[in-house]
Amino acid sequence: MRLLIFMSQRVGLAISTLVVLSAFAFMLQHLLPGDPVLAMAGDEADQQVLDDLRARYGLDQPVYVQYWRWLAAALGGDLGMSLRNSMSVVDLLLPKLVITLQLAIYSMTIALVIGLPLGVLAATRKETIVDTLASSFALSGISIPNFWLGILLVLAFSVHLRWFPASGYVSFSEDPYRSLMGFVLPSIVLGTGIAGVLMRHMRSAMLHSLSTDYIRTARAKGLSERRVVLRHALRNALVPVVTLGAIEFGQLLAGAVLTEQIFSIPGFGKLLVDGVLYRDYAVVQGLVLVSSVLFITVSLLADLLYFFINPRLRS
Amino acid sequence: MRLRLFALAACAALVGNTAAAQTTLRIGINEDPDALDPVANRLASGRQPLTAICDKLFDVSTDLELVPQLAKGYEIAPDGMSVTVNLRPDVMFHDGEPLNAEAVQFTIDRNMNTPGSLRRSELAAVDHVEVVDPLTVRIVLDQPQGYLLMVNLAERSGMIVSPKSASELGDRFGTQPVCAGPYRFVERVPQGRIVVERFADYWDKSLTGVDRIEYLPITDSTVRLSSLQSGELHIAERLTPTDVPQLEGDSNVQVVSTPDLGYHFIRYNISNGPASEALGNDVRLRRAIDLSIDRQVMMQALFNDQYTAGNQFVNPSSPYYDTGHPVPKRDVEAARALLQEAGQPDLTFTVLVPAERERQEAAQMIQAMLAESGITMNIETQDNATMLQNARRGEFQAVFSFWSGRAHPDGNVFAHYSCDGPQNDSRYCNPELDKILVQAREAVDESERQTLYQQANALLAEDLPTSILWHRRTFTGVSTRVEGFVPHPDSTIRVRGLHLE
Repeated sequence: MRLLIFMSQRVGLAISTLVVLSAFAFMLQHLLPGDPVLAMAGDEADQQVLDDLRARYGLDQPVYVQYWRWLAAALGGDLGMSLRNSMSVVDLLLPKLVITLQLAIYSMTIALVIGLPLGVLAATRKETIVDTLASSFALSGISIPNFWLGILLVLAFSVHLRWFPASGYVSFSEDPYRSLMGFVLPSIVLGTGIAGVLMRHMRSAMLHSLSTDYIRTARAKGLSERRVVLRHALRNALVPVVTLGAIEFGQLLAGAVLTEQIFSIPGFGKLLVDGVLYRDYAVVQGLVLVSSVLFITVSLLADLLYFFINPRLRS
Repeated sequence: MRLRLFALAACAALVGNTAAAQTTLRIGINEDPDALDPVANRLASGRQPLTAICDKLFDVSTDLELVPQLAKGYEIAPDGMSVTVNLRPDVMFHDGEPLNAEAVQFTIDRNMNTPGSLRRSELAAVDHVEVVDPLTVRIVLDQPQGYLLMVNLAERSGMIVSPKSASELGDRFGTQPVCAGPYRFVERVPQGRIVVERFADYWDKSLTGVDRIEYLPITDSTVRLSSLQSGELHIAERLTPTDVPQLEGDSNVQVVSTPDLGYHFIRYNISNGPASEALGNDVRLRRAIDLSIDRQVMMQALFNDQYTAGNQFVNPSSPYYDTGHPVPKRDVEAARALLQEAGQPDLTFTVLVPAERERQEAAQMIQAMLAESGITMNIETQDNATMLQNARRGEFQAVFSFWSGRAHPDGNVFAHYSCDGPQNDSRYCNPELDKILVQAREAVDESERQTLYQQANALLAEDLPTSILWHRRTFTGVSTRVEGFVPHPDSTIRVRGLHLE
């Protein structure tokens, strides 16, 4: 029952957030200088052509009419048509969603596999060389810009060693091996950055957890150090880290813009950059909507996890 | 773990098998194309796959001569008011429909009448198209511009589309184009790739080539370069001059270059709204700016001397170039004197520059050069969409522009400099120039055209509505595995007859 109330509050908030957000994004785009039709027709455009295109895409209507039409169509699952390449926005977004999800899952896996154990290790070996090394790694992961690391990795592993492709995307169904190989470098770039953040939070949560009374009690009862750390301390330390991980994952879904640009991975980030540059209103609007839905869904799941991990919320 | 290794090995074996069965050529293009529909395509990147998918009535050879493609030949009527085009027999569209006079009529009508068509201005001289017999069309004109029209039909306007598919798909034709070129459209992953495969019933049976071509949009030229070096790409278009030295030591890649038809220029606001008061009323101010720029130094410092300094809408080596106005040498003293004479010794103006490396660096260099003549040039960086809009509205004093160039000089000048030209954001207007440009459009004789365009160039050098600065070269990186690659001045890769070792 408590869970039901907890979740229905969250879902209600999510829906109202979506409506406000989509209206805000719509207005904001129209405030940007630059004419989408001119950006599209550019070189060849005489006034007649521009007027024809404006009428065709409904851009000659007032902004609120345009938004209303968009909202009505969006509720029916139609997100309009790209000005730039005449494709329906739904058709454009779905394949991107798969690609961006793949990249986010691979990157997150790398981040978790590196970040969490390093954080635990650094906390249990506090102020030793292990701690220093782990903290240096985290600091590097956070501070080295993704684009720079990306270019370095491409130079080392693609151009010189030829182990991994330098750019491009192959779908998993077409060629699983090439698909995975193509994701290795970008996932490392994104994953190491998040690993750094996770490691630092894991370390401080772990340190806090290890200094609590119940840990002292557990040790006094003669439990092995391994059991104390993994069973008791880690479980409590994970609570704030789960929330953070969800936020990081949500941000990955909203588009790892630079990394996708460097590796020419046709995901959300790249689509967003092009959409904004070309004032492709419908595409940007669709992206904002889908990214928000994803982000909110992930946050909801994190809340749910939190609910189960944290006994205080249930009692 | 063992299971995963087994799976990977199985996949690798699979890859090996398919690679042997099919040759796939991968071409890196500089941006994700817009609609793959001849009627709506604008970007040069879209011309790359379209050239493989859609044959045209004519093509332009590397020395810019008109050569037949789907047409066998043409004849301009003695009065110049119509052109008769004979078509190649036994040509088939990718959907199995025959290519005939009706399809040509349908395509030209579609280009002229589709709302928002970007081809309309290229076909401005056409009144209507008549079907004479299944393999002959007569294009009736309302201005005697037959030759110019044929050159335009060697561009996107002349890409003949299948009437059946175009009618069925309507404005979604660009998502699945059906034409009569050597390659058939297979799929498009926006921003991922465009895939085409060889068309078995292509009219030219002697044509050989690769089985499949993948066009991969990669915006960053450094990434295109590294993908070429790592073997991911076989051809990478539009490399920058600074990329070239990096490839010199690479035995697997060669760089092929050719002069480009386009030009970079600063457009002045001559009479487009109040902002034109800065530079529009006095040609001496514009001349002072022009004389302060050292084009040769810019070519050396910015482009390793790989680009050509210019000052007219065609390259200095072109037969249409007016040799009476060679590329001006820098003359700071003369510039100062002109400013003094015009009563503005400390001229200040603002130029709009897009957020793009080449033009940003050039603008900064020009800024420093102008300062030595006492001119303050402020640089305002804008993204392309904003810049285009401001230029169109007249909200600019000067704007740093680029024109991609056309095979026929008309495409480099008419839209930009004629009084009502759709690209004439300067609102520059010289009736004498308009007269010459129309005559040149109507001229059938090549030497007459040369004389007229030289005169047009001379007029523009006097009026100086723009300062034309340089002409690029197109650098294409090609893997040594590729055979049969010939660079083309229009930068479009001709895929017929390309082979992979």
